[in-house]
Order: sequence, then C-alpha cells, then structure tokens
Amino acid sequence: MGDYKDIWVFIEFKKSTIRGVSFELIGKAKELAKKSNEKVCAVLLGNSISKFCEELAYHDIDKIYLCEDAVLEEYLTETYSSILVDLAKEYMPNIILIPATKIGKDLAPNVAATLETGLTADCIDLNIQEDNLIPTRSVYGANYLVDTICPNKRPQMATVRPNVMEKSEVSSKTNPELIEFPVKIDSSKLKMKIIEKIETTTTDIKPIDEAEIIVSGGRGIGSKDNFKIIEELAAVLNAAVGASRAAVDAGWISKSCQVGQSGTVVCPNIYIACGISGTTQHLVGMKSSKKIIAINKDPNAPIFEVCDYGIVGDYKLIIPLLTEALKKKLSQN
Amino acid sequence: MRFIICVKQVPETNDLKIDPKTNKVLKQGVSTIINPFDQFALEEAIKIRKEGDEIIVISMGDTETKSTLMRCLALGADRAILLNDDCFKDSDTFGTSNILAAAIRKFDDYSIIFCGNSSFDTGSSQVGPELAAILGIPQVTYAESTEKVENGKIRIKAQTDEGYRIVESTLPLVIAGIPPSSFQPRIPPLPKILAAQKKPYEVWNVEDIEGDKAKFGSTGSLIKVKKLYEPPKREQGILITEEPNIAVGKLIELLSKDKVI
Repeated sequence: MGDYKDIWVFIEFKKSTIRGVSFELIGKAKELAKKSNEKVCAVLLGNSISKFCEELAYHDIDKIYLCEDAVLEEYLTETYSSILVDLAKEYMPNIILIPATKIGKDLAPNVAATLETGLTADCIDLNIQEDNLIPTRSVYGANYLVDTICPNKRPQMATVRPNVMEKSEVSSKTNPELIEFPVKIDSSKLKMKIIEKIETTTTDIKPIDEAEIIVSGGRGIGSKDNFKIIEELAAVLNAAVGASRAAVDAGWISKSCQVGQSGTVVCPNIYIACGISGTTQHLVGMKSSKKIIAINKDPNAPIFEVCDYGIVGDYKLIIPLLTEALKKKLSQN
Repeated sequence: MRFIICVKQVPETNDLKIDPKTNKVLKQGVSTIINPFDQFALEEAIKIRKEGDEIIVISMGDTETKSTLMRCLALGADRAILLNDDCFKDSDTFGTSNILAAAIRKFDDYSIIFCGNSSFDTGSSQVGPELAAILGIPQVTYAESTEKVENGKIRIKAQTDEGYRIVESTLPLVIAGIPPSSFQPRIPPLPKILAAQKKPYEVWNVEDIEGDKAKFGSTGSLIKVKKLYEPPKREQGILITEEPNIAVGKLIELLSKDKVI
C-alpha cells in the first residue's frame, strides 16, 4: 500500500524520563525498517517534552514528530487519541508501535477504531514480510501463540509488551528531522478531567513492569515481616519485588507489585518465585520470563512445571543463603 | 438511566486443543463461564443502579451463550439480548465492536456501557476502547470502582501504571472494569435463577441491529490469523532437592554456566 510509509514509535514518558520500553520499540523498529527500507520515526506527545529530542538523537532515528502543549500534560484518551489520529491521517505511516502499558493499551484501540485499521495487542514479537507487519501474541493463558496480519488496511498497529525486545543501542549523535505538529484542542470542551492522582509506587519501590529481574513472594512467605527476606535478595540483584495475588490479598505488599492476570504481566530476564505455588492466573503473568527459578516446600507445586531451576525446601533457609552467595559472586565479577 | 453491559462467554479453562486446519481452538465439550471481568462490570452496574434504572446485558455469540446471559439475569440484570447471526461469525475485535455498537445504537438513551477490561481467553483489551471510538463517547479503562452519578457526570477510580487516578466524565461513556483483588464472583441463589427465566431474553440478528454488514464478521475483520500454534516447549526444568547449602551452591553454578549472573 504505496502511500503509507515508515514505522512510528509512540514514545511514553514516566516522571519526566522516557520509559525504557520506548527504546525497546525503537530497537525493533530499526530492525524492521532495515528489512522494509523505511524510516523510523518517534512520536512525542506531552507538555515541555522538546528536551527529549536531544536524547532521541542518539538512537539513530530519522524523524521526530513533536506535539507539545499544556493540554497534554496528563494523559487523557480524548486528547492523545485525537492528535495521534490527525497525525496519522496527515503523514500516513505504514506501522505504528505503541507500548503495551496501561496508557498504550487505552490509547491504541481507540486510535485504531477511529482510523478503522487493524491492531494486534500485547505483542511479544514483530516481523515484517514486504510491507506487512506480522505480530505475534500469546492467547489462551499463554498456551498458544498467534501470528496475525492486517492485509488491507494501513497504518498497521501493534502494542508491544515491555521487556521482550532488545533496547536500541546508543549511537553517535544524528540529526533527525523535526516536525512540530500543532495541537489545537480547546480544553474547556473536554469530556473528562482528572480529579485526583494517587501514586502507590513510591520512588523506593522498583516497578515490576520494566524490571530485568523480579523476586516474587507468595502465600508461602507467611507474613509482611517475612517479605524482608525477599527484599534483601532483590536488593542484591537490583531487582524489583513482585508478589502473587494471595500475598497482595493478605495485605503483605502493595497491589502495584502483583504479578498475574489481574495484576501485571511481566517478562523479565530472571524471575525468582518464592513460596508461590503457581496458580494459572499467576503463571499467565510470568510464564514468558526468560529464566524462571522457583523455591517451594511442595515438590508438586505447579510452579515447578514452568521453572528452569527449582529448589524444593524452606525459603526461609534457602533465600538468605542465596542472597549471601550472590553477594559474594557478584562482588567477584 | 439505562446501563448496557457487554459480556463474553469464555471457556472455563485455557487448556484447549487446536484444529491445525482451521487455525481455531476446539471449544466443543469445554464448559463455559461468563468472563470474570465482565461479571465484575455487571456487579458495578448493579452497585450504582437506582430505582427505575435498567440494566441490559448483551453478548455476541452462538446460541449456547444463552446460559451466560441467563446467569447475568439471575445476578440482577433486567433484560438480555443475544446477538447471533451467521454473518457475525469470525469477527475480530473491530468486527465485534461494530456489531455491539450497532446493537447499542438501537437504544438512544443509554448512559453507561460497561464491559470487562479484558477477556480470560484472548485478552486483547480492545473492545471497550473500540466501542468508545465507534460511538464517539469517552472511555475509562482499568476502572476499579465506579462512584455514583451526579448531575450527568460520573467519577471513576482507575488503575494507572503509577497507582490510581480518579477521573470525572460526562455521560454517556464506556467503562472497562478490572476487579480489585478482593472481588469474589457471586453465585446466584436458586430462586434468582428461577426468576431469571421470566425476565426478557431476546435474540437479535443482523436485520435487528441494522448495521453496516460490511463491517461485521470475517468480511469486516481487519486482522487475520496467519497461524495459531503452541509456543516452543520449555526444556524440562532441573529440580534440586538437596539440603539448602548444597542446593544454593548448585543453583549458583547453573546460573553462572548460563551466564545470567
């Protein structure tokens, strides 16, 4: 579909930094663009964000679309969707990649339906055949994978899970073309407004959605105090602390740490499950992790069926030993 | 006020077999349930309803979806509509959203469309936002709690990646709900199940919803399945059963060999 060209990456921000997943998408976009001979473009929506163009210039991208206005300070579906729709109509990209975060998953289907184009959600891989994007996503509780295609409509859209792709490497500085897109939104006409923001992830809690290593505790941990044992191991590995739903329900740890179908689906390089038996809803949330280590008293716990390495035993004895051993090992490296 | 709840009937388990010829899962003989997030959405509607309000559940599916809709009636919905037509089959999320939107447009006075934030089986979380876009109304996804409506506005507590935020929206709107961890699906008692038999249950076909046929079913679907397949099998894991000291040593050795530490 000749008139549609280039691969766009929607850049997401978090506390005035670019979210790591955005660089993962840039990395993948560059790989795809090489095959389809297209340009890689970053799309930035927000307030006071032009400063990020400098950082993006070190990622060998071709173009930056900048949409900057006070009305975009906070994410709202109606403002972000209308701008992305207008931008796509005017500049006609072949592909739009959006992080499969809460914002991305709110935004992408709204944009896709408005543009009447196809979207594949929560992708774990992306390929390209000629100019057709072939995304891969998991379905039926991660028991199956599906490859899709959007043969007749453009742009082709996908949301991509954090942590499944390699980050774009920092290159020498280039000079991407900058296109400033005017934002024409009358804020008095908006149908929605934010009344209050409640942050449950404080700065001293490392978020699980983009962590490379996660140490999780479940019902078997037994108490809020015992989570300290988990936290100490996490600290040595510079890991995030996760939890099963049972541990969250018991009030031992914040909801934002919950891994699973009703929490966050994660895909770290290393996932360490302690005292987690492995309910279906938990396994769906962590099964795609690259390396899974499980520690559990019960040798028949389902978690052992998905793990690479499992230790059968009492975590209270094992984790402190592991923490010490890793401390020693990492100081030697 | 009129609330419309979109529900999906899903397989009770995700341990399903696939037919390699059709690229589809075999659902015959697998028992089904109401998608749990959709039940939560229904419960939220029941929570905020006032006297005189009406709760309508709609679902697109085969005739067996009746059991899910009857359960919704037993749980407290007032009226159920099954959207069933041969030309609805094989819809992708956009096709499904167009069919639901056409049915919803038959009611010009709806206030809130509730749905689950994602489904248990395919879980792409697309139908809610797509409905909002097609109907041209606001949306709130990851909604954990809906507060009562006042002066034509509603307040909703929704999850964000940083925690929560409370938003206020005009009506009508789409709310895609995600249950808090404390949510336990109710099981309706027998008298309610019996009473549900007397509530209005309708089946609507393509003529009834008067929509644009070209946007429904496999014709209207924009995303095609190229291939459905099992993920590469994880190698059988190594189980270490020695006493803690030795076990930890072994684990460190394995991890160093893999170069992950």
